[in-house]
Order: sequence, then C-alpha cells, then structure tokens
Amino acid sequence: MKALVAVKRVVDYNVKVRVKSDQTGVDIANVKMSMNPFDEIAVEEAVRLKEKGVVTEIVAISCGDAKCQETLRTAMAIGADRGILVETTEELQPLAVAKLLKALVDKEQPQLIILGKQAIDDDANQTGQMLAALADLPQATFASKVEIEGGKAKVTREVDGGLETLAVSLPAVVTTDLRLNEPRYVTLPNIMKAKKKQLEVVKPEDLGVDVKPRLKTLKVMEPPKRGAGIKVPDVATLVDKLKNEAKVI
Amino acid sequence: MTALVIAEHDNAAVKGATLNTVTAAAACGGDVHVLVAGHNAGEAAKAASQIAGVSKVIHADSEAFAHGLAENMAAQVLALAGSYSHILFPATASGKNIAPRVAAKLDVAQISDITKVDSTDTFERPIYAGNAIAIVQSADEKKVITVRTTGFDPAAATGGSAAVETAAATADSGKSSFVGQEIAKNDRPDLTAAKIVVSGGRALGSAEKFNEVMTPLADKLGAAIGASRAAVDAGYAPNDLQVGQTGKIVAPQLYIAAGISGAIQHLAGMKDSKVIVAINKDEEAPIFSVADYGLVADLFTAVPELTQAL
Repeated sequence: MKALVAVKRVVDYNVKVRVKSDQTGVDIANVKMSMNPFDEIAVEEAVRLKEKGVVTEIVAISCGDAKCQETLRTAMAIGADRGILVETTEELQPLAVAKLLKALVDKEQPQLIILGKQAIDDDANQTGQMLAALADLPQATFASKVEIEGGKAKVTREVDGGLETLAVSLPAVVTTDLRLNEPRYVTLPNIMKAKKKQLEVVKPEDLGVDVKPRLKTLKVMEPPKRGAGIKVPDVATLVDKLKNEAKVI
Repeated sequence: MTALVIAEHDNAAVKGATLNTVTAAAACGGDVHVLVAGHNAGEAAKAASQIAGVSKVIHADSEAFAHGLAENMAAQVLALAGSYSHILFPATASGKNIAPRVAAKLDVAQISDITKVDSTDTFERPIYAGNAIAIVQSADEKKVITVRTTGFDPAAATGGSAAVETAAATADSGKSSFVGQEIAKNDRPDLTAAKIVVSGGRALGSAEKFNEVMTPLADKLGAAIGASRAAVDAGYAPNDLQVGQTGKIVAPQLYIAAGISGAIQHLAGMKDSKVIVAINKDEEAPIFSVADYGLVADLFTAVPELTQAL
C-alpha cells in the first residue's frame, strides 16, 4: 500500500525564539530550522512499515516556501521514496494545509496518511484531524503504536489517564505521538541517495485550493516574565518560606 | 449569540476541564449551552445542568458515543452547530481530537488552546512552546475553539438549574471502533487540577527510586505527581504524568521540580504555576531561572528531608 507522510519545516526545537520588538511575530531570521520532531516520527513509522513489507511506497509532502525542499530531502534520506512540495510564500494555517493534503490524497490515493500530532511552532494540533474530516476518513490521533492487519489499522493512542486502542478502517489518518518510535539518524550515503530521488513542485492553484489565512494575528507578545526568585540554603529555610512567605502549604 | 460547550464526562459525572471551558464560553458573551453526548449519560447531563452559568443542557445518548470516537462525536456536534456562534471544547486529549474535525467540516479555522478571550472574535493563545503569546482574530462566522483549562477559573459545579433537552443521536459512522483501554489507576488528585504538583526528572535514576523518593512527598502534600519527558522516556514514570508542551499543561499553586533541568518543552507545561520550587544539584540548571525558590542540593537527601520537615 501507498503511505503519504506530511512534514513541516519549523524552528529547531532547541532554539529559544524571541518576539520581534514590533510585536508582529517571532524572529525566525537566521535561526536553525529542522523537520518538526513529530514529523520525523511519522516518516520513521512509514519507513518501518515499509521494512515490514506492509507499505510499498512512501510519498513525503511539505507545504511552504522553497526551503521546505531541504525538509523533504531529509524525509527521503530517512527512507521516503519521493517528495512533493506545495510551494507558496503565503502564511499557511492548518485548514489550508489540510485542504492541500486532501487534494493530494485524492490524487495519490494512499491507504495510510501519517502526520505528526502537532507542529512545535504554532502548537495547533489540528491538521491531521482536519484532513481526516475533509477526506471523510477515520482518524487515529496521538498514536503510540500502529499495527496494520486485514484492511484495518489497530492504533494505540495516548489519552489523558492512560492508553486507548482503536481499530480504524483503511484508508485512515494517523497522527504520531512522541513514544511511537525513535527516528533513525540519517547517514551520509542516504543523504546522497536522497538527492537523486524525485521531488515534484506544485502550486496551491494547481490543486485548486484557496490558502488564504482565516485567522489574523493582531499581535505577538512576550509571555509575562516571572519575578526573580531566590536560592535558599537548606530545606528548613525552604519549608519556612513556603509556609510563611508564599503561604502555599 | 450562543456558545456550545462540549462536555467531557465519564457518563456519571462531568470532568473538571468542562467547568473551565464554561467560564471561557461565558466570556465570549451570550448564553452558554452544554452538550453531553454519551452512553447512559443521564447522570452526567444532570450534573451539567447544575453548573452555574449554563442555560441549557443538550443530552444525546447512543452507544456510538460510549468511547468518544471522534467521527461520531464530531457528527453529533455538527448536527447541532447551526444555532451556535461559538463551539468550545476543553483542550484535553478528547477535545483536541474532535474540535478540528468539527471545524474542517464547517470550513472554519480552529483556534487552539486559548488562554484568554479578548472579545467575541479575538483570543489569546500561546505559540512556540509558550515562548510567545499570539492575539488572533477570527474572520469566520463560527468560532471553533479549544480552551486551555489552566487559563480560566472553573465555573461553580452547583448553583445552576438549566433545563435538560434530549437531542436525537446521530448514527455510528462505522469507520472506527473501540478495542480497549489501559487507564492508570490513581488515587491522587488529577494532575491538571491539583493544587500542588511534585515532579521528578531524569536525576531520579530508576522507576523504583522515582516512587521511593517522590511518592512520600506527594502523599504528605496531597499532591499530584508529574514527570519530565526524560523521566517518562526512561520508563521511570508512566507517560500520562508527563508535564510539558506535548504532555499536560498545569498551573498549580505550588510546583516542586526535583531533578528536572528545565528544558523549554518542560517549562511550557508548568511556568504558569503560582510558586515554583526547584531542587537540583546543578546550580546552572535553567529551571532556576523560573523558580521562586531554588535549592541547590542532591535530591536524594533534600526530598526525604523536605518530606520529614512538612
């Protein structure tokens, strides 16, 4: 079966971003960018399913500016067979991405679509669910285990309080949680091989999708700063402070 | 203008997160209705009708809602969506699962994890692991929202007297089914609602040590236990205890972080706590930059000593 994986280029998770002084957004000029960590897990899962013989072809998709090609090359170095870039300089919100992915799902007809559960920049946690809704497919979000058997995916999900297992009929949309797997490191030979893999570039107009943002960001602010704390020399002082100064115990 | 809150419940009682969501819904202006969709959930509907500020409870009962499957729940919400300007879910695993599905079917943007309602169409939400707060304005006719529960006070669970109306249940989608669950048994207060949270990190070294050191302190304080991702990944604590960007977001009165360095992703889940205490050997650990009280000490001596002293 064919698997489709969506990957997003985001500010590297180790970077502490700063809000621009004019409050129009965060300053991402000259900061390190990488593949969204949850998407790495998604690509890894697709590759593992291919290694098990369940999946035959993996198509990686990214939406955004031309630099997203790097992210697709990374996905192909991990093991994706080919890549599709939906190129636009417009700000893309989850609904727009879900519509772009829906158009590609219609075209590619995959049996399994894997996304990360959320991107660490907008922290939305929406795209997978929205894609499932638009394509009228079942969804299995926050997956920590995926088994494909008999036209169904049996997925264990991380929910509040523990784990839950669902069976969804294929095709289906799965979004990955942190504990689904540990993504492999890409090796130099695989990076070289990835450069030869096919990377198709399409525009939102080619797919007939209007990507205009629906939410307008009026302002981006620094979160409220915490007052400077103090260091206490020992446990007795700590207990005294908590009881008499902070009055929390 | 009327807001619909999708209740999270266990069929018998309404979960705490619903109460915070009602407060957020009231801030959007207009009446607040609550949908209780479940299987034999009459008791939960009755409980919802007593929440202060709720003017109507809609109860939809069907076996299809027994496990809150997103496909079935979203269909039920959509069947009612026509008469509402705002549709709000708590930003829990369940709310996050269903809300975007509803939004996409309505062809509207969804607004995730709001922490403040500025006006009927303008909301505040944290981005980049809480390192920035975005004020966003929705141009859509209907607002589909998930509410970060720590951003809003809970509505009073009693004092209301809303009418309970029964709605026809939508059909089972047949696309997904519930197989089973493993819910961790826990006598402690719920992590996201606890007044005090004690959290352990990688420095605990093993699951045995984690329990040995953290449990007595939690017992003494009547606190919930949390953990950093490092502790969860190493298997010292179950993953539903994870506090952070990808785990639970907590804002208790007192948060005690023991053996947690304070990575950005962990801070995202706890930095709105009223008082933060850090116990760490490494005086350079980033956790000290957000801690109100820091103790540079070996947690294996300091935490038992603290338990003793309380």
